[in-house]
Amino acid sequence: MQPSEADLKALMIASLDGDKAAYRTLLEEMRWRLCAYFRNRLSRDAAEIDDLVQDTLMAIHNHRGTYDRAQMFTAWSYAIARHKLIDHFRRGGRRQTVPLDDAAALFVTDESASVDARHDLEKALQTLPPATQALIRDIKLRELSNAQAAAARGMSETAVKVALHRGLKKLGAYFHGEGGAK
Amino acid sequence: MSDEFLRSLSADLAPVSRWTVARRLALGMSGGVIVSAVLMLVLLGPRPDMDQSMTTAMFWMKLAYALAFAVIAGFAAERLARPAASARGRIEWLAAPILLVIVIAALRLAAAAPDSRALMLMGESARVCPWRILFFALPPLAGLVWAMRGLAPTRLREAGAAIGLAAGGAGAFVYALACTESTAPFLAIWYTLGMAASAALGWALGPLVLRWR
Repeated sequence: MQPSEADLKALMIASLDGDKAAYRTLLEEMRWRLCAYFRNRLSRDAAEIDDLVQDTLMAIHNHRGTYDRAQMFTAWSYAIARHKLIDHFRRGGRRQTVPLDDAAALFVTDESASVDARHDLEKALQTLPPATQALIRDIKLRELSNAQAAAARGMSETAVKVALHRGLKKLGAYFHGEGGAK
Repeated sequence: MSDEFLRSLSADLAPVSRWTVARRLALGMSGGVIVSAVLMLVLLGPRPDMDQSMTTAMFWMKLAYALAFAVIAGFAAERLARPAASARGRIEWLAAPILLVIVIAALRLAAAAPDSRALMLMGESARVCPWRILFFALPPLAGLVWAMRGLAPTRLREAGAAIGLAAGGAGAFVYALACTESTAPFLAIWYTLGMAASAALGWALGPLVLRWR
């Protein structure tokens, strides 16, 4: 049975007093609720939703002192989820609209692309074969067309497309593998 | 996200005081007020007639008016530092000091000789008073921004306005110790304006500086 607002509130108040078991139950429940919340408002991209749920649970944890015991717990926690969702949109996190997995989003030339992201990208590129690296740099960073890149490397355009697709997929896997820890 | 993550959060759980929010705001506020007070002593000095003025009602009324703003807006900020909480039921209390001071000012003006009314309204420092209040509000505002960023406001403009107004009250309190004006109409207009300017500043800055992670 779904816990009610009153149940959640009781769990939260116990948590504020240091009851770890109550807190664990509350976090489990909030995990599913937040998953549903973000799934209804975003893509079906599991990794993206997972990140947001984790971010929100972290914020609930770090800011639990701002919960007023007289307040509705659901109102409080969903306001935090909403804050995180807005943050996510502001960072331009609509990755689901970008084809070829998350990795492609990293190449979107965007003023906000931080030095950090570039650094991560370089590290990830190092894991690919040199020919694929060069191709990705040409097309995604220097913005050459597939045909131009093909001509430059003496490859067919189809071969370029296939290599690019594989390279991006691999990058995606790289970021997902590591992304869980972030 | 792993069970490991949930486990680490619950392992990290420590009891939290009910006063977390109030304590942090008070810390930011008092740090700022100390800076303002030092700036006031260095730049303007306390009013030279402090001893005599302390026996007048007007001296205490100025302090009380400023203090009322700092406290009421501070209580509003204490609510607005919490996700989804509203400051309704707290900020309304401001109506009391404002009405009180307006009524007193109106009575004094009505009782005064017509040719002395302009002086009652403008004093000698009307042009600088709101600016000085805004200036002395800046350190407490900075302290409150620091405090708020560590809390979790979700209505950033309202939270910004609340801390702006609280800082305005604190700035006015500090400035009142240097200011030699002693009429209720002056207080009603220029002090209120200075504190409102600080609230407006907070309102404008809220969405820019109060985002938390």
